[in-house]
Amino acid sequence: MNGPDVMFPEEQQQMSMVCARLARDANAKAVLLIGRDGQPIADAGDVDELDVTSLSSLTAGNVAATGGISKILREKDFTSQFHEGEKTHVHITLVGGRAILVVLFDERSSLGLVRLRVKKSSDEMVRLFDQVAKKAAAKSQPSILTEITDSDIDNLFND
Amino acid sequence: MSFINYSSREINCKLVYYGPGLCGKTTNLHYIYAKTSPDAKGKMISLATETERTLFFDFLPLSLGEIRGFKTRFHLYTVPGQVFYDASRKLILKGVDGVVFVADSQVERMEANIESLENLRLNLTEQGYDLDKLPYVIQYNKRDLPNAAPMDQLRPVLNPTKVPEFEACATSGAGVFDTLKAVAKAVLTELKRGS
Repeated sequence: MNGPDVMFPEEQQQMSMVCARLARDANAKAVLLIGRDGQPIADAGDVDELDVTSLSSLTAGNVAATGGISKILREKDFTSQFHEGEKTHVHITLVGGRAILVVLFDERSSLGLVRLRVKKSSDEMVRLFDQVAKKAAAKSQPSILTEITDSDIDNLFND
Repeated sequence: MSFINYSSREINCKLVYYGPGLCGKTTNLHYIYAKTSPDAKGKMISLATETERTLFFDFLPLSLGEIRGFKTRFHLYTVPGQVFYDASRKLILKGVDGVVFVADSQVERMEANIESLENLRLNLTEQGYDLDKLPYVIQYNKRDLPNAAPMDQLRPVLNPTKVPEFEACATSGAGVFDTLKAVAKAVLTELKRGS
C-alpha cells in the first residue's frame, strides 16, 4: 500500500494532536508521522533542528527496504523497527500499512514505554486515515486539481 | 503517488530518474541542486558506495513555485543503475508520478540502455503501472562525447512511442532543466486530467 494521497485540515490537526500527545506521554524528543512514500504529514516535539524532509525520505526508504526483506523471507511486513544510538534512539512503526510513525527518544524514556504509547496512538491514527479516505472518496470537498488550468501550469514553468 | 495537503496547501509529487549504470542520473540531480536557489531546495541525499556509485537512491526535494495558492513540491529520486540492484529499483518506483529515462548516448552503451528500458517497463508493471500511461520523458545524455551515437539511431530504438525527448550533457547542464520541466509539467497535467 502507498501513502495517503490527500490530507484535510481537520484530520491534519487531529493527527498533529495525536503526535503531540504521544511525544508527551512517551517522554519522546520528537514524533514524526510520514506517508509510506516519504511525504511528511505531521510532527511534534523538538523538530526545529531536524531536517524533517530528509528524515522522512530516508525512513520511507528504510521501511521499503525492510518490506523487501520481509517479502523475500515470506513474512508479512515487519511492523516495527528499533535503532539504538548512543544518545538518540529511533522507534519506527507502520500505521495501518499506509503511514510510518517515528519516535525519537533518549535516556529520559525507554523502549517499553515508547512501544506502549505508540500502540494507542497508532490505533487513533488508523481511524483518522480511514476518515480521510472516506472523505476523499465521497468528494465532499472540491479538489484543487479541478481548479488548475493549463495556463496555471504553463505559468509555473515560464522563466 | 501525489500527495495533496489542504492544510499546508502543498501538492507533492515523486519523480524518478531511471537508466543504466553511469548514464548520468546522479549528475542530473547534482546539476539541478547546484543551480537551484537555496530557498527552493532541500538537502540532497546520496546513498552511495565508497566508489560513489548509487547504492540505494539519491533524493532531492525541490519547490517549483505556487499554483492557485498551493506550493508545488517535487521529490526527485534516482535509482541505482547497476543490474544487480534490481530489488532496490523496484522499491524506489513505488508511488512514482513521473519518470525520466536517462539514456547513455555512447554507442557501446546501447545494449545497456535497451536492457534498462525493458527493466523499467517490467518493474513498473510489477508495481501496477504502465509506462505508456505515466508522465514520461527521455533524456539522451552525454551528447558531447565523440562516441555518441547519432540521434536517428537512438530514437527508433529507445523512443518508439515518441514521448518528449531531450539531448543533454548533464555535466555542463545542457538539457537538464528542459528535461525536468517537461516531466514536471506532464505530471501536473496528468494530475489535473485525472481529477
